[in-house]
Amino acid sequence: MIHLIYQIFIDPFVQMGTAPDLLVQTLWEGLVAGVLYSLIALGFVLIFKASGVFNFAQGIMVVFAALTLVGFHEHGIPAYVALALTIAVMFGLAFAVERAMLRPLVNQPDIILFMATFGLTYFLIGFGELVFGGDPKVMIASQLGLPKGAVEIKMAGGFVSLQKIDIAAAIIASVMVAALAVFFQKTRVGRALRAVADSHKAALSVGISLEYIWVIVWFAAGLVALATGIMWGARSEVSFALEIIALKALPVLILGGFTSIPGAIIGGVIIGVGEKIGEFYWGPLLGSGIETWLAYVIALVFLLFRPQGLFGERIIERI
Amino acid sequence: MRAPGGPEVSIGDVLLSVEDVSLSFGGVKAVSNVSFDIHKGEIRAIIGPNGAGKTSMLNIINGFYHPQQGHITFRGQTRSKMQPHEAAYGGIARTFQNVALFRGMTALDNIMAGRTLKMHSSFFWQLLRHGPAMREEVEHRHRVEEIIDFLKIQEIRRVPVGRLPYGLQKRVELGRALAMEPDLLLLDEPMAGMNLEEKEDMSRFILDVNDHYGTTIALIEHDMGVVMDLSDRVVVLDHGIKIADGTPNEIKGNQAVIDAYLGVAH
Amino acid sequence: MFYREVGQYKTNYSADMSVMPLLQDRVGIGIILFIAVVIIPYFGNAFLIQAIMIPFLVFSLAAIGLNLLTGYTGLLSLGTGAFMGVGAYACYKLTTYFPGVNILIWIVASGFFSAAVGVVFGLPSLRIKGFYLAVATLAAQFFLSWCFIRQPWFYNYNASGAIEVPTRTLFGIPVTGATAADATRYYVVLGIVVAMTWLASNLVHGRIGRMWMAVRDMDLAAELIGIRLLRTKLLAFAVSSFYCGVAGALLVFQWYGSAEPAVFDVNLSFFILFMVIIGGLGSLTGSYLGAALIFILPIVLRYIPPHLGIPIRPATVDHIQYMIIGALIVLFLIVEPNGLARLWQIGKQKLRVWPFPY
Repeated sequence: MIHLIYQIFIDPFVQMGTAPDLLVQTLWEGLVAGVLYSLIALGFVLIFKASGVFNFAQGIMVVFAALTLVGFHEHGIPAYVALALTIAVMFGLAFAVERAMLRPLVNQPDIILFMATFGLTYFLIGFGELVFGGDPKVMIASQLGLPKGAVEIKMAGGFVSLQKIDIAAAIIASVMVAALAVFFQKTRVGRALRAVADSHKAALSVGISLEYIWVIVWFAAGLVALATGIMWGARSEVSFALEIIALKALPVLILGGFTSIPGAIIGGVIIGVGEKIGEFYWGPLLGSGIETWLAYVIALVFLLFRPQGLFGERIIERI
Repeated sequence: MRAPGGPEVSIGDVLLSVEDVSLSFGGVKAVSNVSFDIHKGEIRAIIGPNGAGKTSMLNIINGFYHPQQGHITFRGQTRSKMQPHEAAYGGIARTFQNVALFRGMTALDNIMAGRTLKMHSSFFWQLLRHGPAMREEVEHRHRVEEIIDFLKIQEIRRVPVGRLPYGLQKRVELGRALAMEPDLLLLDEPMAGMNLEEKEDMSRFILDVNDHYGTTIALIEHDMGVVMDLSDRVVVLDHGIKIADGTPNEIKGNQAVIDAYLGVAH
Repeated sequence: MFYREVGQYKTNYSADMSVMPLLQDRVGIGIILFIAVVIIPYFGNAFLIQAIMIPFLVFSLAAIGLNLLTGYTGLLSLGTGAFMGVGAYACYKLTTYFPGVNILIWIVASGFFSAAVGVVFGLPSLRIKGFYLAVATLAAQFFLSWCFIRQPWFYNYNASGAIEVPTRTLFGIPVTGATAADATRYYVVLGIVVAMTWLASNLVHGRIGRMWMAVRDMDLAAELIGIRLLRTKLLAFAVSSFYCGVAGALLVFQWYGSAEPAVFDVNLSFFILFMVIIGGLGSLTGSYLGAALIFILPIVLRYIPPHLGIPIRPATVDHIQYMIIGALIVLFLIVEPNGLARLWQIGKQKLRVWPFPY
């Protein structure tokens, strides 16, 4: 019994202390994973903020974007041209989704739209596998100019190895977040997006075209998905397994709130770091692989204390 | 004051009393130090301009909102907080400004749902839909049919309530509240959105509920004609404060009420 | 003209409130049961029974379970696969420890284990609603999946990580395992599924069904008429998980014969959810219709094109299946959010006046 208490409450911290370089390494891994989760969450937030739709298909859009890019390249198209073509494809996807799914369902309750995105997810999974095949593919990282190799920092008796691609990912993600935050706050389209998120009817009455806004927003989410897909694919590989990993964005959204861009980042980092630390130091106790569910349990515990998440607004129901 | 020619209802002791109740949401004070009481068997109107805190007051009585300060005494028991289902079991029922019916169900099912707190058959019998469970269903169906006859909604029993016109929805909602056999019935703007004929019907129903079943009624209403005709006593709220309390005639002549709400005939 | 209720008067409330007041409906169910009990086993070949009827019934049961929770009570759950897994593994462990006890008892008992787990993961529903609750059920899904893979106790420590169904008999006839005959397994599944459908039907037509639907439609108003929210929601989780658990046990013990933990993953949860959405949320008939569509579709895709001479690879079938199901979901939500069950009802309404147009 004492042994168990020691194992759960003392030993992991002892381990952290005696090998701080490992701790920093784990924290870094967690940070990077967290940044990638937040990118996916960012896509959700964009769409939810502007249309109230919880886009379950964001994860598959990440995979789809990555596959499209690699697919074009495999057919001999140079990297940057392939990138431009993929951007065009994502625009086409946004347009198609708005036409075929959003417009017909415009007045339905949110839960119906949520379920429609399930349908979209499975459709894209099937379509993606049909067109690209189910095998994992290699992301064209070097062709796009992304760095390879690692930076090693000596510290505390050991060393920490930071992959350059991870550093690049963190930088690119920060830039995207900053750009999106500015976009929402300062530009005319950004203001229109916020207006639509508040009230469709009011936005319509001041002349904002809902369809136009929705296409823009889904396209923006598609771009975020593409960036995420490139980053993630560069770190490991491009496969449909990514879709399940993308579900991890849901706990991130719970922590960070569904409408907050900074919330998505903070939530992502908390989940990413929490997961990695949990898996590395407590995982062996339980049998490895707790990463598959730890994020959800963290989010669940959080929800019990704060049902609206870290950044969400308290829901006061009025009758 | 009741319409002349109506039967006399005996009005008894205090059934519910609100004592020095205050409620705020964040920085907004919805209700400030309000006290009034409701006597058994009477029809009490709560009136006042929009935003006066009338619905919040009903929500407090119901157990929906918990006041930061003050108590409610109901049937001799004093509480500062009540849970909604405790209010229901205690004999308080209510209707809502925006009809709060169960849209996925028929009118009959909605009213039968109102009988839930009187149904006690065990899960086992419910699984079999036999024996005690079936007897209970039939017995409560009898009572619900009485209410349906009373409200004259026989034809629309099996219509999903989402498809009913507004006036009928309000009647079904009244039926659901009546099904609970409440001692105190809270009606939140029962006449809202109705034309003259519908208002007359609803007024007749409210009076009949008070006469036949002896139910005490508290109602929020904007139509002053209705208030004058139906109610025994009136409470007037403005910006969360009670500004008058008395019979309809007293209220009509009260200067503060005229200034805040009634206005003067030109 | 044949489907009219004219002339069928009910003279007491008990008759008026019966689950199937119309004679035509009762005759229809009778015919279906006759086909199911007599015609299919007698005339059907092994393929029909083993690859179509048994899994169809099992999935219908799981769909009913999910429908009770999501369709009737309005609590979206993405953990169905995991609850089915709990049932399957519970049955496996029970029969491992007590091999002498009748396997049918264990199949039903495993439902209780599933119900208990369902209640635990349903506790958050007091504080959490809507999408958030769906994410909580995902926590259940991933955690339980992990348990099935990583905790060797569940699969009796055997090397492959999978569970193998042992042979069990009932009155000397093999009921599970390799030696069990198709017809035997079919009757076991049919019997259990029909009985549990009848029980579910009783529940939803009575007080408990009304309580669940009230919580779904407007939980604040439900509270005000005296419904205890937490108890009602937990009951929904318990009953729903019970049904899913039994379905899971049947899935492994009467259909697959063995199972890898990957069977009970999040994709299974989604598939059952799609059956419920397409079939109709809040309808028991819809659960059957949805299960039929989602389950039969890939079989049709796999076998019809070769018959017509069009070559089609098995992998392609999977892909097209996903696309069609995804598209159907969106289509149904646009055109008929109440699913096939509503279409069926509209069809019956037309039958009332057929052959006249109105």
